[in-house]
Amino acid sequence: MIAAALQALVSHWRRHPLQLATLLAGLALATALWSAVQAVNAEARASYARAAAQIGRGALDALEAPGGPIPLARYVELRRAGWQLSPVLEGRARLGEVRVTVLGLEPLSHPSLPAFQSAMQDDPETLSQMLARGGLLLAAPELAERLSALPGLPAIRASDAVPPGMVMTDIGLAARLLARPGQIDRLLILPDQPIGLTALKQLAPELQRRAARAGADTAQLTDSFHLNLTAFGLLSFAVGLFIVHGTVGLAFEQRRAMVRTLRALGLPLRALTLLMLGELLLLALIGGLIGLVLGYLVAAALLPDVAATLRGLYGAPVEGGLSLRPSWVLGGLAMALTGTLAASTQALWRMVRMPLLAAPGLQAWAARAARGDRRMALAGVGLILGGIAALPLFGGLIGGFALIAGLMLGAALLLPPALGLLLQLGRRSARGPVGEWLWADMRAQLPGIGLALMALLLALAANIGVGTMVSSFRLTFVGWLDQRLVSELYITARDDAQGAEIARWLAPRSDAVLPLRSAEFTVEGVPVSVYGVIDHPTYRENWPLLQTTPGAWDRVNAGAAVFINEQLARRADLWPGATAQLAPGWALPIAGVYSDYGNPTGQALVALPALLEHTSALPNRRFGIRVAPDAVPGLIHDLRAEFDLPASALIDQAGLKAQSLAVFDKTFVVTGALNLLTLGVAGFAILTSLLTLWSLRLPQLAPVWALGMTRGELARLELARSVMLAAFTALLALPLGLLLAWVLLAVINVQAFGWRLPMYLFPADWLRLFLLALVAAGLAAAIPARRLYRLPPSELLKVFANAR
Amino acid sequence: MLLQIEDVSKTYPGARPVLQGVSLSLAAGETLALTGESGSGKSTLLHLAGALDTFDSGEILLAGTALSGLDDSGRAALRRSRVALVFQQFNLIPSLTVGQNLSFHARLAGRHDPHWVAELTGRLGLSELTARYPEQLSGGQQQRVAIGRALAARPDLLLADEPTGNLDETASAAVMDLMLGLVRDSGTALFLVTHSQQIAGRLDAHAHLRGGRIA
Repeated sequence: MIAAALQALVSHWRRHPLQLATLLAGLALATALWSAVQAVNAEARASYARAAAQIGRGALDALEAPGGPIPLARYVELRRAGWQLSPVLEGRARLGEVRVTVLGLEPLSHPSLPAFQSAMQDDPETLSQMLARGGLLLAAPELAERLSALPGLPAIRASDAVPPGMVMTDIGLAARLLARPGQIDRLLILPDQPIGLTALKQLAPELQRRAARAGADTAQLTDSFHLNLTAFGLLSFAVGLFIVHGTVGLAFEQRRAMVRTLRALGLPLRALTLLMLGELLLLALIGGLIGLVLGYLVAAALLPDVAATLRGLYGAPVEGGLSLRPSWVLGGLAMALTGTLAASTQALWRMVRMPLLAAPGLQAWAARAARGDRRMALAGVGLILGGIAALPLFGGLIGGFALIAGLMLGAALLLPPALGLLLQLGRRSARGPVGEWLWADMRAQLPGIGLALMALLLALAANIGVGTMVSSFRLTFVGWLDQRLVSELYITARDDAQGAEIARWLAPRSDAVLPLRSAEFTVEGVPVSVYGVIDHPTYRENWPLLQTTPGAWDRVNAGAAVFINEQLARRADLWPGATAQLAPGWALPIAGVYSDYGNPTGQALVALPALLEHTSALPNRRFGIRVAPDAVPGLIHDLRAEFDLPASALIDQAGLKAQSLAVFDKTFVVTGALNLLTLGVAGFAILTSLLTLWSLRLPQLAPVWALGMTRGELARLELARSVMLAAFTALLALPLGLLLAWVLLAVINVQAFGWRLPMYLFPADWLRLFLLALVAAGLAAAIPARRLYRLPPSELLKVFANAR
Repeated sequence: MLLQIEDVSKTYPGARPVLQGVSLSLAAGETLALTGESGSGKSTLLHLAGALDTFDSGEILLAGTALSGLDDSGRAALRRSRVALVFQQFNLIPSLTVGQNLSFHARLAGRHDPHWVAELTGRLGLSELTARYPEQLSGGQQQRVAIGRALAARPDLLLADEPTGNLDETASAAVMDLMLGLVRDSGTALFLVTHSQQIAGRLDAHAHLRGGRIA
């Protein structure tokens, strides 16, 4: 009995191979995009964890100074008091044209690290070479190869156990490379300590003890980036599931007669339900597996850009290679199965509750869909209100994304009734029988194509929203660069001595030499780069202040106040009028807050003399030069000749802006790719809807053809119908997209990055997207329309011969 | 002659000939019944006469127009202006109301006469049903709408393919009475395919098709 029933059920897919292909494609696409994003995230997180393990970060408790580096003298005192500590110095440095993270350790006291172990195994002389004059750098093979071509660097050895973008060396050599002699960033507290030591709080009250947290820093810093990716993956997954929902619904509808027959022949409802459930799960498994393969390919294509973004934006150590990880493979399959069940529950439930003797048919389907519309509209309003309520309820990024999810899904559910209303209005204004039929038919088609249009709405709104956010960001960023990068030329000297020499040389040859000097501090638990500036009109006239107080610049230049960036202001909730505790004994009132886009960390601006007072050995190697723009090429030439500087050490304003914009654009490459993929999936959803509806369309078109319309006219009307529905959907997507953009700019960006951006409108982009949606819908409709145009009359006549 | 079918043959690809040298004629206002076994080619001949399909050889003249010389647009124009069709499955347009279905063909042909449509609606007993959709009607009611739609366009020739094939005996008789009455009153020629000898007997002429030939 079961075998016979199974054979009957499977025969449906044999007769409708396109429907089967559509279902599998929907499942595969949904799983692919979700798995791709998860694979990218898993790879990045694994890289952070690997890097943390490779450098031993977070494995031990550490001591840190809130106001900057720990003086060498303090380390010596603690050691003399009996504390077993190991010093670490870490910072970013430019070696030739390569920006790297330099990690300086004390190899004798530092707990064993994989890189040191493997280097020692390869060459027992490693330790002595590292500690000897000249020193030794350990770097990942790719970086080691690039660095080995640079003159003037110590010996370099390649090691797979060093994270990408990092060089590991003895702390003495690191101090030289970073130009921070005698400084220590943190002191690792070793596990075995003698008994009876004086408490650290008594010995060094100014130092803070930080608990071990493996890999947490980078992961925390990049959380918002990964959350954004996950949100996109989820959106793509939802769009894919619309295809599954539509196809399963249609397949179940078409099998109603068969199900009735099977039940009439004595197959128990329970057995039938289980068979159909099993069939769905098997299809989900097949579609999910195809999706995983596709997802792997998409992830492999996206990962290099993601890795570049994470390295560039956050300095996160992410490699470009992808490996198959059980977490995202099993997660992808679970999503495919869960998604299929979620998308099919309604159809399955309807089938289970179907009376044995009710009449099937398209119109019954449409009528039920219309009743469902009302429920969906109510659910839509509920979701939107739920999303709005979630923001104050949960707050933060979760609240922000809940708001987006509520708005997007709620709006999608409201789409069919909204389109129904629009089509009703259109119908009233229609003139002539063909016009009347066209509008009426579009309304009748809505249940069949509604889900695909929902997918299109989501994809278009996401495109408008994210596009508006990125373009607003870019416009603001360009304006901000114009304010921030005022100097005509930027120089990086080899060391402090050369820096001082260059500054002296430039003094008579330029309008101003502006030193770019900074030190790392911790303010209210937030790591902050504090920059010291000299009193010069360049800053007063151009610095992009968002909020300020009277006489702000005078007070800052006098060393009596500080400007902080927006990120720090929002994270530490410090605003003009409040006081920022920069270091023990150094607190300054906040005179203003400035925008600092693209920087994930906190920043502050003080007078240079004040900064020098609170730091020691502040590097003095970078300068901004004010000079007439036409004098820049000559000056670059003279500087290179005079100081033997590499090309990378001198960069003019245009070059620096181009570099910054390139980093910016790279950051959003992945977003753009996912945007396009989501739109592609939505276009595919329309195509699959139209193709699966094909067999139901003919009985509606054939009578009109018989009454005197040509197949060509009908094909053109079919095309127009899809394009019009896509156009209405695109029009409704515009306000939704703008709302999404507002949430991204006013809520998500503030939570994720710490800056609030102004929102700009880009009508030309909307027009382009609108046309793209029409083209996508037109292309999707072109295949069935062409099929109709070429359909032999004998096929159309079959409609009149067979019962519908 | 309104309709002249001369030595027409038709074979579908991969199948044996459906029609072999069929000739028939029908004068304006005349009614003709075509009977035959299932698969004898009745519906095919009706479709060819209505310019719905093309034939392989021979000629069909409808109101003096040779169908073999018409392209897709020409055939569609002829269907719009000269011919009306009534099918066994009713084949109404599901997205339009009864009222809109009734006037659809006439408006498509550019010959919409609201008074005539109103008269037809009344005589067919559909006055109370014009705001409904086809799916809300019984089979007999749907077929009455199909007949009304066909005659509202004031065609020269009404082609009906088993118009009562889906109806019970009572509904069938009522529908035929209405159709024949309206056809005669309007002077429309009727070419009707049926299995029923009884219905065939009510028409002016009768032809029988066997194995693709007129018997």
